[in-house]
Amino acid sequence: MDFTIAALLTQDGVITGAVYALLAMGIVLVFSVTRVIFVPQGDYVAYAALTMAALQAGKTPGVIWLLLILSVLATLMELTQHVRAKNLRKIPRALTQYLGWPALWILLAYFLAPVQLPIYVQAALTLALVTCLGPLLYRVAFQPAASASVLVLLIISVAVHLAITGLGLIFFGPEGSRTTPYSDARFSLGPLQITGQSIWVLAATALAIVGLYLFFTHTLRGKALQATAINRVGAQLMGIRSNEAGSQAFFLSAMIGGLSGLLIAPITTIFYDTGFLIGLKGFVAAIVGGLFSYPLAAMGALLVGLIEAFASFWASAFKEVLVFTLILPVLLWRSLRAHHSEEDEE
Amino acid sequence: MKKKSLIALALASMVGLQAHAEVKVGVIVGATGPGASLGIPYKNTFSVLPKTLGGEAVQYIIMDDGTDPTNAVKHARKLITEDKVDLIIGSSSVPAATSITDISSELKTPQIALSPVGPAASKNPWVFTIPQPASIMMGAVADHMKANNVKNVAYIGYSDAWGDLVLNGLKTHADSAGVKIVAEERYGRNDTSVAGQILKILATNPDAVVMGGSGTPGALPHVTLAERGYKGKVYHNHGVINKDFLRVGGKNIEGGFAPTGPVMVAEQLPDSNPTKKPSLEFIKSYEASFGAGSRNAFAAYSYDAYLLAGNAVAEASKKAKSGTPEFRQALRDALERVKNVNGTHAVYNMTATDHAGVDSRARVLVVIENGDWKLVK
Repeated sequence: MDFTIAALLTQDGVITGAVYALLAMGIVLVFSVTRVIFVPQGDYVAYAALTMAALQAGKTPGVIWLLLILSVLATLMELTQHVRAKNLRKIPRALTQYLGWPALWILLAYFLAPVQLPIYVQAALTLALVTCLGPLLYRVAFQPAASASVLVLLIISVAVHLAITGLGLIFFGPEGSRTTPYSDARFSLGPLQITGQSIWVLAATALAIVGLYLFFTHTLRGKALQATAINRVGAQLMGIRSNEAGSQAFFLSAMIGGLSGLLIAPITTIFYDTGFLIGLKGFVAAIVGGLFSYPLAAMGALLVGLIEAFASFWASAFKEVLVFTLILPVLLWRSLRAHHSEEDEE
Repeated sequence: MKKKSLIALALASMVGLQAHAEVKVGVIVGATGPGASLGIPYKNTFSVLPKTLGGEAVQYIIMDDGTDPTNAVKHARKLITEDKVDLIIGSSSVPAATSITDISSELKTPQIALSPVGPAASKNPWVFTIPQPASIMMGAVADHMKANNVKNVAYIGYSDAWGDLVLNGLKTHADSAGVKIVAEERYGRNDTSVAGQILKILATNPDAVVMGGSGTPGALPHVTLAERGYKGKVYHNHGVINKDFLRVGGKNIEGGFAPTGPVMVAEQLPDSNPTKKPSLEFIKSYEASFGAGSRNAFAAYSYDAYLLAGNAVAEASKKAKSGTPEFRQALRDALERVKNVNGTHAVYNMTATDHAGVDSRARVLVVIENGDWKLVK
């Protein structure tokens, strides 16, 4: 191995690492606010990539049917809840949130799909559609069990993942897709060929991380989310609605997931079931960050990306083994130094 | 009232009789899971098949194993013991098809595998395979390499049984073609990047790269090679022959070679080729249901399984009634005696020692030109 190859591998590792970093952010965010280990985070990636590919091919993206079903379910659940609680004032708000917004994007996607839109409009529409999934999934699958144990929430999350992947096969078919790159530019930097696409990935990841940081430290909503993450009951006593916080966390994580999907789709072929493996690697990164620290998770993601790149060069047959073995020493180290908090969770 | 019940009785007995005379075929495919892109076309064929098999009424019971060997074994056992099928066709992925073979020999039911099976299973007397063994297919690749003076070859394939089969197929011909394998790399179906493997391959400066992938994930290494500006030859295997592979690969995979069964380029074959007629018949009925250009190598394997089964059922039904162990034994014996059955992929000649029964007529080499497969003459 010489310097050139090491540089090329590092470049590859950093780019994949950046995408894993985004996923790890989403997983940490959802876990810290709602205690859900969100397995389907990777599925957002697949859904976003395949939705984008469908829009580019002028086809109606299948995700709108899932949105439609979820939106109707969520609305019905909200209505029953408010009617039972005789809380009729809340109904208009629930209707806009769970029926109005999704319906708007569904209709837009349905009617605009055959039109060849500019690539950035397609990306925005895709992002909107995938982001809609977040709060709806939370309302339908997680909110009714919001106070259950971490284990129950994990089981629900696995079930949601299996359902989403299965539906993905029906909506998008078994074949993978690639999308047109946002930029065809190429620069040479010594031995490195830097593509415009890879700059997009890095820039978007950096922006997302900075954006999240500012959101959590400088806005009231962000601080409310963080408060819920630190102490759910305490935050509730301060007047922060934990269900709303959960919904917002899912909204953000879906947006992050969708963004990762849009970024990775032009670089590689994405299949309906690609999400799980990518999500799992994001999860390894999130574990490195102890499921609470964003900077540590981002560093973990870079580490996973780099290990993957170098492992595929040295011992490609054992690549996945090496990446997932990484989690063992980290878990060992964590369990040695962290205090056990299972009692608090029950 | 009495009359009505008499009619009902007559009808019921007729239905009963018909069910008795019917040949039951259990079909297991991986229509979901990682092998779905191949499993779905395998399954599609059974919806366009005629209602008879070898002159007998037939019922196909189709099961989806989710590309999971455990499910495949469960389905096979259920099909044989509960549904009393006379024949198992499947499964569509190597690990699943291989694990079913134990059930077929245990319960003495013939199996026509739609994918190659592992080396031990291929000696199982109850198991017959449809797809050309990788060694036959890679022979076409090796011949082309020899003719084009290719000396150093790098290999990149799946880190699973398919990757092994293709690599071993290549190795059996490497010496006679004077080819040296300089790198052996592996990747996973769901991998998002193969940059590391490709860099290592490029560092060995090979004259050609052989790919052991299948379906759309098979395009990734070729695309990465093209992006790195690789100018040598690229050979795929017969697992990539479908339209979506071309769509995903786009411009980057132009000029890639692949061996395949003759059915994919049936129109370009001379009329004297024995596989041309069944191929055109298959294409006509398949594309009528699934759209022009929807033909693919996998659906055609299912069709060949149907042709072989039809041939054997016609033989076996002279000796025994369907649904009995004698019929299954007769069916197995008939499959082993299959002579010169013209399929879409090959001319099948089974013997007691060869349960794949194909020869070099079962392969052609195609090249990707302008987003389509062209026969290399």
